[in-house]
Amino acid sequence: MTGIVGSVLEAWDELRVHKVRVLLALVGVAVAVCAITAISAAGEMLRQVSAEQNDRWNGRAATLQVSAWPTGEGGSVMPAPEEYEQVFDEIVERYSVGYSSMLRNAPAPVRFPEGTREVYTTGVEPDWATMHRFEVTSGRWFTDADADRLSPALVVNQAFLDALGGVSVAEHPTVTIGGDNPVVATVVGAYPDAWPQAEPEAYVLVGAQAAWVTPESLEMTGPPSLELWVPEELADDLVGLVQRDVAGALSGVQADVFRFDSPDYASVDGAIRLVVLGVSVIALLLGGLGLVNIALVTVRYRIREIGIRRSFGASSGRVFFSVMMESVVATTVAGVLGVTVAVVALHNLPLDALMGYPVQDRPGFPLSAAVTGMVAAVGIGALAGLLPALVAVRVKVIDAIRY
Amino acid sequence: MSLLELSGVTRSVVLPDDRTLEILRGIDLTVDAGEHVSIVGRSGTGKSTLLNILGLLDAPTSGEYVLDGVPIGRLSGRARARRRGTDFGFVFQQFNLLQGRTALENVVAPLLYARGRQFWQRRTLAAEMLERVGLGDRLDTRPEKLSGGEQQRVAIARALVRVPRVILADEPTGALDVDTGSEVMDLLDTIARENGSALIAITHDLAVASRAARQFRLAEGVLTPIAISARSAGSLGALGAPGGQPSGPGADPGAAGHPAESGDDQAEHVARPLVPAHGAAPGEGDAA
Repeated sequence: MTGIVGSVLEAWDELRVHKVRVLLALVGVAVAVCAITAISAAGEMLRQVSAEQNDRWNGRAATLQVSAWPTGEGGSVMPAPEEYEQVFDEIVERYSVGYSSMLRNAPAPVRFPEGTREVYTTGVEPDWATMHRFEVTSGRWFTDADADRLSPALVVNQAFLDALGGVSVAEHPTVTIGGDNPVVATVVGAYPDAWPQAEPEAYVLVGAQAAWVTPESLEMTGPPSLELWVPEELADDLVGLVQRDVAGALSGVQADVFRFDSPDYASVDGAIRLVVLGVSVIALLLGGLGLVNIALVTVRYRIREIGIRRSFGASSGRVFFSVMMESVVATTVAGVLGVTVAVVALHNLPLDALMGYPVQDRPGFPLSAAVTGMVAAVGIGALAGLLPALVAVRVKVIDAIRY
Repeated sequence: MSLLELSGVTRSVVLPDDRTLEILRGIDLTVDAGEHVSIVGRSGTGKSTLLNILGLLDAPTSGEYVLDGVPIGRLSGRARARRRGTDFGFVFQQFNLLQGRTALENVVAPLLYARGRQFWQRRTLAAEMLERVGLGDRLDTRPEKLSGGEQQRVAIARALVRVPRVILADEPTGALDVDTGSEVMDLLDTIARENGSALIAITHDLAVASRAARQFRLAEGVLTPIAISARSAGSLGALGAPGGQPSGPGADPGAAGHPAESGDDQAEHVARPLVPAHGAAPGEGDAA
C-alpha cells in the first residue's frame, strides 16, 4: 500500500518540479484525448437523441402497426369503426399485449376566438404516450377515466394554446369542436411545438373523436389503425399471426401488419466517425511519442537522482514503477484536462441546430466516452513510460551516484 | 554479535582488454552497533567500492558479508534494497541533494520508501530532523539557496531521518572548508551517537579520521588498521607519502581529493599503504 502511494507521490512530485517540461509534453496528449472523448461522446449523444426521436415518431422496439383498408373488390366498403374496435380489442386480449393503442387521424373544426380552424387531431388511447416516450410539459396525459368525460379531454400543442389566446393549461381552458353537433372539449395537457410556426394540433382519446368524425373525413384519413408494443423476439411471429386474424375477422379488407419502429441509426455517419477517431488515435500516438522522447532525455538527466533514490532503498521494481507512474500520472492529468474540455464543449453543443429540430430530452455526457478518453490517456501514459522505465532500471547505481 | 562483518571480501572487475582488475583484496572488517570507524586512503584505492559494498549498493566478487547475522549474499535484490533503506544512511561528499526540491522535501524523500508511521508522518519526521540539524527555519529553502555547510546538514538529516543502524559517509567534509567541515562532523558524531547508529566514514582528511574510535587505511585494495592521534592528524602525506602523491603504479597525481575512485578506469591508481597500526604487515615501512 505505502509502496503504491509512495510511487504515485514520487511521480506527482517529479511532475510538480518539472512543470514546464511536463506541460509541453502533454499538450498533444490532452488535445488527442479531448478529440477522442468528444467524438465518442458526440456519437453517443446523437445516437441517443436519434433513438429517442425514433421512439417518439415510430414507437419503441418493437411496435407493430396493424391496419385494414378495404380492397374495394366486389363492392367492399370500409367496416364501421365499432367493428375495427372490436377486432382490435380481441387481438390485444388474445395475445396479452401489455401496451396497445388504437390510432385515428381526423381533422376537426375548432372554434378559436379568432374563428374556426381545421385542426389535425390524433385519436389515441392512454398507452400511446408510454409507447412513444411522449411527455406533456404542462397538465397531464390521458387516463382511462377520461373516456367517461362528457367534455372530451384534449392534449394540445403550444400553438393550440396560443390560438386560444395564450391561455395556460392551469386555467382549464375549454374549446368548442365540431360543426352541426359541437362538443365542448377541455384542455388537460400541453406539449411544445415540434417546430417553429407549427399549426395547432391536438391529441384526443380515439373514442371521443366520434363527436366530429364524419364518413367523409374517414374516407379521407382512412380507417383506425392499431399499434402493439410487443417483445422484440416475438415481433416477427406476431406479424403473421395478427395479419391472419385481422384478415379473417374483417371481410373485404387488406390487412397489413408491419413493424413500425426502425432500428437505431447513428446520426453521425459511421465512416466520418471512424475517420475522426482514426485521426485522434494517430494524434494520441504522436503525443505519446513526444512523451517518450522527452521522458527518455529526462531519464538521462536524472541518472544521479535515480542512484540517490536507490540509496534510499528503492528496488529496481520501485524505480521502474515510479518512472512509469510519472508518465501515467502525467497523461492522467492530461486526460482529465482533455475530458473536461470535451465535456464543456459538448455541453454547449447546439444539438437543436445540429439535429434540425428541438431536442426535448437533451442527453447527458455519456460516461462511456469519458471512460474511453481516460483509458486512452492512461494507456498512452503506460506505453510512453515503458521505455524510460526500462532505461532507468538499467542504470548502475554506483555510476549513477557518481554521475 | 557484530552489526556487520566482512570476511575475505574481494571485488574485481574485468576490463575491456579482458584483464582482471582487483579493487579490493581480502577485506576483513567488523563493526559493532554505535561504533565510529574511519577509513583513509588515497584516491583510487577502493574506498568508495568498499563503502558501496557495505551499503549494499554493490556486491563482493567473493568473500562473505554478514549484516546483523544475515549473510547478504542470500538476500534477493528486493530484500537488499529494503535493508539498504532501513539499515543504512548515506552522506555523500557532493551532498547529492535532489534539485528543485526544498530542504524538507529532500529529507522527506527517503521516507517515501518507508512503511507505517515513518511513511504516513513523513513531513513531521523530516521537519523534526531538520530542526535537530539546526535548519528548522530553512524547511522551504531549496538547496541552491543554501551554503555548502547547510546543504551537508540537509544531507545528514536525510541520511538519518529513517534512524539507520549504519551511517556511511563518503568524504563528508570533502566539499567544505575546515571550520564548516569540523562543525558538520561534530553534528554527524552527535546525532549518530544519539541515535545509536554506527558511523563509517571514508576520508582523505586525517583530522576527520582521527575522530573515530577505530581507524583503517585502505591501500592497494588491502584494509589495514592504523592509529591516528589528533596530534598527528594532518594530510595523508604527513603519514608517509611525501607531497601526498600516490606512489602506486599508474598513479594519478591529479586524483588526490577526488571522491570517486572505484571505477574501472581508476582502480589501478592504487596508493601505497599508509600508517599501519601495531606492526600490521602491508606498507609497514611507510609509517610516519
